[in-house]
Amino acid sequence: MTVDVPGIPTTEEPLPLAEPVDPTRPEVHLTPRQWARRNLFPSWFASVLTVGIGLLLAYVLFRLAWFALVSSDWAIVRANLRLFMIGRFPLDEAWRLWAALYVVAGAIGLYSGAVVARAEHLAEAAGRPIERPGRASWVRRYWPALVCVAVILSQTRTWTPALLTLGAGAALAAARWLGLRLPGVANHMVVGVVITLILVYELVAGSSGGTWSVPDAVQLALIVGMLVASTRSLGRRPMRFVLIAVIAAGVLAVQVGTGEQGVGWDDWGGLQLTLFVTFAGIAFSFPLGVLVALGRRSSLPALRTISVGYIEAIRGVPLVALLFMGQYVIPLFFPNTVEPPSPLARALIAIVLFEAAYVAETVRGGLQSVPRGQREAAQAIGLSPWKVTRLIVLPQALRAVIPAMVGQFISLFKDTSLLQIIGFVELLEVAENASSQPDFLGQGLHTVTFAFVALIYWAGSYTMSRESRRIEGRLGLGERR
Amino acid sequence: MTGGAGAPAPPDVPTPHRGGRLGALAFNVRLLRTVGQVAAIGLLVALAAYLGDNYRANVSERNARTGWGFLNEPTGFNIAFDPQFSPGQPVKDALWVGIVNTAACAAVGIVIATIIGVVVGVVRLSNSWVARKASTLYVEVIRNVPVLLVILFLAAGLQTLPPIDDARSIGDVLVISNRAIAVMSPEAGDNFGLYLGVLALGVVAAVAVAAWRTRVSAATGAPDRRYLWAGGVVVAVAVAGYFLLGAPIVWSHPEVEGRGVVGGAILNIPYVAITLALAIYHGSHIAEIVRGSVQAVPHGQTEAATAIGLSEIQRLRFVILPQAFRIAVPPTINQYLSLVKNTSLGIAVAYSDVAALSFRLIGSSRAPALQMVALLMAIYLTFSLVISFVLNILNRRLQLVER
Repeated sequence: MTVDVPGIPTTEEPLPLAEPVDPTRPEVHLTPRQWARRNLFPSWFASVLTVGIGLLLAYVLFRLAWFALVSSDWAIVRANLRLFMIGRFPLDEAWRLWAALYVVAGAIGLYSGAVVARAEHLAEAAGRPIERPGRASWVRRYWPALVCVAVILSQTRTWTPALLTLGAGAALAAARWLGLRLPGVANHMVVGVVITLILVYELVAGSSGGTWSVPDAVQLALIVGMLVASTRSLGRRPMRFVLIAVIAAGVLAVQVGTGEQGVGWDDWGGLQLTLFVTFAGIAFSFPLGVLVALGRRSSLPALRTISVGYIEAIRGVPLVALLFMGQYVIPLFFPNTVEPPSPLARALIAIVLFEAAYVAETVRGGLQSVPRGQREAAQAIGLSPWKVTRLIVLPQALRAVIPAMVGQFISLFKDTSLLQIIGFVELLEVAENASSQPDFLGQGLHTVTFAFVALIYWAGSYTMSRESRRIEGRLGLGERR
Repeated sequence: MTGGAGAPAPPDVPTPHRGGRLGALAFNVRLLRTVGQVAAIGLLVALAAYLGDNYRANVSERNARTGWGFLNEPTGFNIAFDPQFSPGQPVKDALWVGIVNTAACAAVGIVIATIIGVVVGVVRLSNSWVARKASTLYVEVIRNVPVLLVILFLAAGLQTLPPIDDARSIGDVLVISNRAIAVMSPEAGDNFGLYLGVLALGVVAAVAVAAWRTRVSAATGAPDRRYLWAGGVVVAVAVAGYFLLGAPIVWSHPEVEGRGVVGGAILNIPYVAITLALAIYHGSHIAEIVRGSVQAVPHGQTEAATAIGLSEIQRLRFVILPQAFRIAVPPTINQYLSLVKNTSLGIAVAYSDVAALSFRLIGSSRAPALQMVALLMAIYLTFSLVISFVLNILNRRLQLVER
């Protein structure tokens, strides 16, 4: 729209703007001397810091290198590597874990590829430039995890684990290649994740095999139901039913094929248990947390009071207390006619209850960040309250809290170490136990095993937190200046 | 509840009738809202009733104790590093010991964590490359390992100290062993009560002097130097009182006696391990908060401060840090709260905090599980509420009042 102003010629063309000033500083090439002056000795105080902390740092790094390479005997790690990784999982059944690893690698590859492909599709449609990171950026992004895997593999006594791990890497790459060509798959990620989790669980824990129990039927029905719901966009095309049939047959094959001899979760341990508890905790606490957050923001006073009471009560209490509650109190609440859930199930209940309260607070932050106009606009076009929440508010709220949520899950990953206190043989407990084995007793090898375990925890958390920072940057969140 | 008035209530308008009177009822928003809430509460009550029923059945079957009488029954065990506690004392005394231990660990831990956090956070922003890298290394390593691992690692490290039999003494000042570390400490001497009175008078005088200086400053415009004056008065009174009353404070020197240390301020090793580990762990988180807050102060503030000619120090002191402090307070409160809750990990290094003692009581069947866990949760909730209450008052006073 143009307005006639006397004296100024009306124009349809916008006036040319000045070239935007590049906000990044021009690159300055410094000689080493200049660099040192600017970065090491800019003022007397900074010089004191440089020299003092530099000496301290050099000493610490020297001691660390000496510890890792010279003084410590990593035989204890080599002898117990299997305990560290899978606890007392029977060796004959270890193939289940490898199979599960391959399933997970395939799923990660497929979905990461599909997500990238979809993003590129969208970018292309919008006419935005596509940027594809080179291979070097992979190493830069995941170096902590890669270093950790390399260290773990360096402690094995045969080549088999290394080869199998490389195979998993290859499976991931192949699945990613496939995913890059199937961008549509990314639209059904929730279904894929659920199927993957159920498959992994069945591969490891086994299912009822020939006898086919109720849980198996429920799992299969859940998967088929989700497939039917998620492929609605395909209409009545035969491809849709073929797809559903193929996936359902695959799940059924795993259910029958893995048989009854699976390894129940009471025998899980080590890193495997740590990862299982982390993922199960995320999978259950996330939906619960979202529900509680919605309850807290609800306009119904009763619902709000219940949610607030739950959140504040849980957040005021340490996780250890909840874990002990899980072990001692939860059995008392089950009718004495049924067997109370196993210790791990009770610990999971405690962890999920704990984590859900924190997830709820995080999601609430996201809900508050969605402008009120969004809800009003959605109401104005006649969406039902539930649809307003599901289609308009929640997606924006969850997107805004992805980095905070990753932070929450990092702390869950670290908090699984508290299972050690109530007697589970998870990663930290293995480290504690190994140094009291007869072969290694009284040699002060705690430091070695703890350092090894610390590397695993550190690599996991640090990789996740770097990724979350990357996502934050890409979402354009948290930019202040 | 902070912020946000919640979702606006759906407008209570008559909806078109569909299918007669019953259909109208199904679309009556007010009715639906009421029914929904009653259903939610009903569900909760039913669940509670069901669980309560199961609980009663289980308790009567196992002959477990009910009620709160257990608090007055004897504990039946000794508490490590607390020689005054005897097994005959009731459960509530043991819990009190635990509460005091938890508070001691939390209070000292918070102070040390804050010091570590501020120092490391500021160093991370210094213009020395080496210092920046070193503090980044500390923060990124410690923040990304479980706190329990830090605790166990430190405890394992402290076990390498000399055993109590050949504890190392440094003069009369310090005794170090892997059971306890003791430092010489002040102790009440002659006229100690009188000296305390004198000190109180000194503080009153200092406050009066500070008020006088403020008045002088307001009247004449001279710098008030309140803290210098007030501090000077306190120190002068303390020193004068010390000599006039003939050494009202004496030093107690630590000594190894048998399997323990007597005299001085004794820090047992579990306490040192848990407190220091929590301080190191939460210090790294606070360092991140400090760094983030300083960086979150808009860049324009720095530029404006430079433009009006403030020096580097003045800029930090009067422009950047006050604003950064305001940003840093709420997340730091969260760190303090989580530090208090993490004192419950003392159980991993055999520190007798309230959680460890509770679990010991449950384990030795001296306390029924449900009551004990409920009481423990109530204790931690009280800790959390007190801390967040006190700190939120501070926070509210710091925040800008916006129109």
